[in-house]
Amino acid sequence: MVRMASWAASIILVQEGLEPNFQMVCRDRNRLAMQSDIMGAYAHGIKNVLCLSGDHQQFGDHPQAKGVFDIDSMQLISVIKNMRDEGKFQGGAVIHEPPKMFIGAASNPFAEPLEWRAHRLAKKIEAGVDFVQTQCIYNMDIFREFVKQANDMGLLEKVYLLAGVTPMKSVGMAKYMQAKVPGMDVPDDLIKRLRGAGKGKVADEGIKIACEQIEEFKEMKGVAGVHLMAIEWEHKVPEIAERAKVLPRPKVE
Amino acid sequence: MVKGQRKPIDEITGALEKYSNVLNIGCGGCVSVCLAGGQKEVNLLNAELESIYKQNNISKKIEGFTVERQCNMQYLDELDDIAGGYDCLMSMACGAGVQYLAEKFPGKPVFPAINTVAIGIDREIGIYEEKCRACGECVLGYTGGICPVTRCAKGLFNGPCGGTNKGKCEISNDISCAWQDIYERLKGQNRLDDILKIKEPMEWKNQTQRTIIQEPYMKRYT
Repeated sequence: MVRMASWAASIILVQEGLEPNFQMVCRDRNRLAMQSDIMGAYAHGIKNVLCLSGDHQQFGDHPQAKGVFDIDSMQLISVIKNMRDEGKFQGGAVIHEPPKMFIGAASNPFAEPLEWRAHRLAKKIEAGVDFVQTQCIYNMDIFREFVKQANDMGLLEKVYLLAGVTPMKSVGMAKYMQAKVPGMDVPDDLIKRLRGAGKGKVADEGIKIACEQIEEFKEMKGVAGVHLMAIEWEHKVPEIAERAKVLPRPKVE
Repeated sequence: MVKGQRKPIDEITGALEKYSNVLNIGCGGCVSVCLAGGQKEVNLLNAELESIYKQNNISKKIEGFTVERQCNMQYLDELDDIAGGYDCLMSMACGAGVQYLAEKFPGKPVFPAINTVAIGIDREIGIYEEKCRACGECVLGYTGGICPVTRCAKGLFNGPCGGTNKGKCEISNDISCAWQDIYERLKGQNRLDDILKIKEPMEWKNQTQRTIIQEPYMKRYT
């Protein structure tokens, strides 16, 4: 689907006094366009960039578009780190005002091969990532195992891991996520619990589950924070944040 | 080898509409092996065209001739005494053959009868699978003999991405995840160390037309 460019939306957020997390996918831009946009975004006061491969163009309403994929997300992290720390573009030219970006990436602890996921995170750290946002977490057992493996490998001292939380609005949403969304692991028990909440109470139960997760993440070694993705439910974020006792937000200088 | 597939008949009849005297030229190379453009396919296509023209009372002469390979001038020379008698040429060769034929007869309209699809293998008789995109910078040694450029929908060099779905690609449950397969193969060979290292951005070499001069011929041609 065509959406407003993330750097453009991010500029609006900067103008509103917020600190956006600008997203870039490898699907739509080659290395020239990416570096150009990073320079532009930084010039407009954007300080965070999330490096993603991007969903394949076959999803959405332009399935026959040509995917670019000149570099992959791992290489994009390296390119931005090199721009920031070495003051050089990928082609070697010097950058006089290097973009001081805080570099982010995604991690999906639930996609196979599961035992490789911590190693892939290790590669992203080696490439230069500062923070990582995980896929929406529903299978807590697998997530706990992933965090344990990453801790044992000493990875989570080197990166800020944000646990992905998406509250379920309905049983239908949970079933859709379970069956249709690639790389998503929604256990049957969760669907059972939502269903058990009874008519009119499923959404509230979804928020309750999310809050319980957040409570666990607060205590979990190696988890630096939470990435709250209230999909098509953005107006609920203040309420969820309140109920999860993460308000007021800390001041970051 | 190069794999191709015949164009839809309507596209072919459309291309030939203005011409009354057509030579359909087959190729005995790759497209013959994949049953798209060899002598047999030339005969089949010509028979189909003749039947269509007959049904529609259209007067058109369609003849066929198959050369050993259309990507070599020595074989195209066989057409020297033949091609002059036709007002257009149709080629059942791959894109390379079509272009070489058109280069040989610059005054004649040349139309492709097949779409060149891939460099691939014969999975079964009549089933051909793409294996190589001719990127010019082969990484198969590092990826366990599985091509990430061709097989990974996102062409990732440091996969697998987060869309891997129980060993399948996020775009289809019928497509095996290339990077899951790379992982399994290297694991089986105790070579996972290979993909622990970050693969640097690719130096794409297929962005301009390439000409290869093999080492022993360097002196002769440069």
